[in-house]
Amino acid sequence: MKKSLFFNGIKDGFPIFLGYLAVAFTFGIAASKIGVFASILMSATNLTSAGQFAGLDIIEDSLPYFAMALSQLIINLRYCLMSSSLSQKFDSDMPSIHRYLIAFGVTDEIFGVCSQYKGKLRPSYCYGIIFVSFSGWVGGTLLGAVSGTVLPKSVLSALGIALYGMFIAIIMPSAKKERSIALIIFSSMILSALFSYAPILKTVSSSFRIIILTVLISAIAAVLKPVKESGDKAK
Amino acid sequence: MSGNVYIYIVIMAVVTYLIRMLPLALIRKEIKNTFIKSFLYYVPFVALSVMIFPAILSSTDSFYSAVIGFAVALIAGYLGKSLFTVSLLSVITVFVFELIIF
Repeated sequence: MKKSLFFNGIKDGFPIFLGYLAVAFTFGIAASKIGVFASILMSATNLTSAGQFAGLDIIEDSLPYFAMALSQLIINLRYCLMSSSLSQKFDSDMPSIHRYLIAFGVTDEIFGVCSQYKGKLRPSYCYGIIFVSFSGWVGGTLLGAVSGTVLPKSVLSALGIALYGMFIAIIMPSAKKERSIALIIFSSMILSALFSYAPILKTVSSSFRIIILTVLISAIAAVLKPVKESGDKAK
Repeated sequence: MSGNVYIYIVIMAVVTYLIRMLPLALIRKEIKNTFIKSFLYYVPFVALSVMIFPAILSSTDSFYSAVIGFAVALIAGYLGKSLFTVSLLSVITVFVFELIIF
């Protein structure tokens, strides 16, 4: 394990820690009805936001187990796209065990930070990000489940933007460097807004909105502007 | 609430893990096909953009603080500040703005 890479991962993943702390705190409060231990177990084994909130409702309504499986599949299907994209960031001769371990940590945010890493991804760096993110997620759940009054409302509100700020920091440098990327980002945001507000389109759930738009726009971009062999991926 | 909470949690964890793990386990080689390669290269930019907007506008208690925080993040990001700096700047902006205005 490369220590410096691990610590780089912790550093780059720190905004995730802050953001997760706030979201998991809210989750912990909502999850206190299934018990403190079960809430923490859920956060520690799932490491996902929307899926866990939906899972809580399903448990509360005592829906069948297959309904739980189906809902998680639908809500979390976007991770499949993210893992596919990440698969190309690793060396093809990296030991398999790393793939199985890192897979556990593929969240929107961890994927985002990993994807901005220049060159091939190293496992130690990923573990650093996953470690700090996991701590924020499980720690926040614990705080929320045990006591609902640790974080003031104003702090929670401000922390609500932390992950979005980080996402923006991830995409902006490439947008600045390449016009095509800037255009892709802009179109994605416009279409995403359209899917959120336009009649009929807004009935599409956010998880499907992410999948549909990501597949559609990435495919169009790949046709119009294929990435050359010597692109910035080849370093 | 009647089902076993722990069985539910195990189902959730297994399904979610499989979704994340299968592509990483199955796609091991470097993809040579230009279209697929380009497609996967663009996925992060599109996915993150779709997740940022318009969700960021409702990420805080007030629409206005979110817009200001968004603007600050865009500028700081454009200036090439680190993930941590951009994130923290947007958080502090929202906090201070809400403190003063609301």
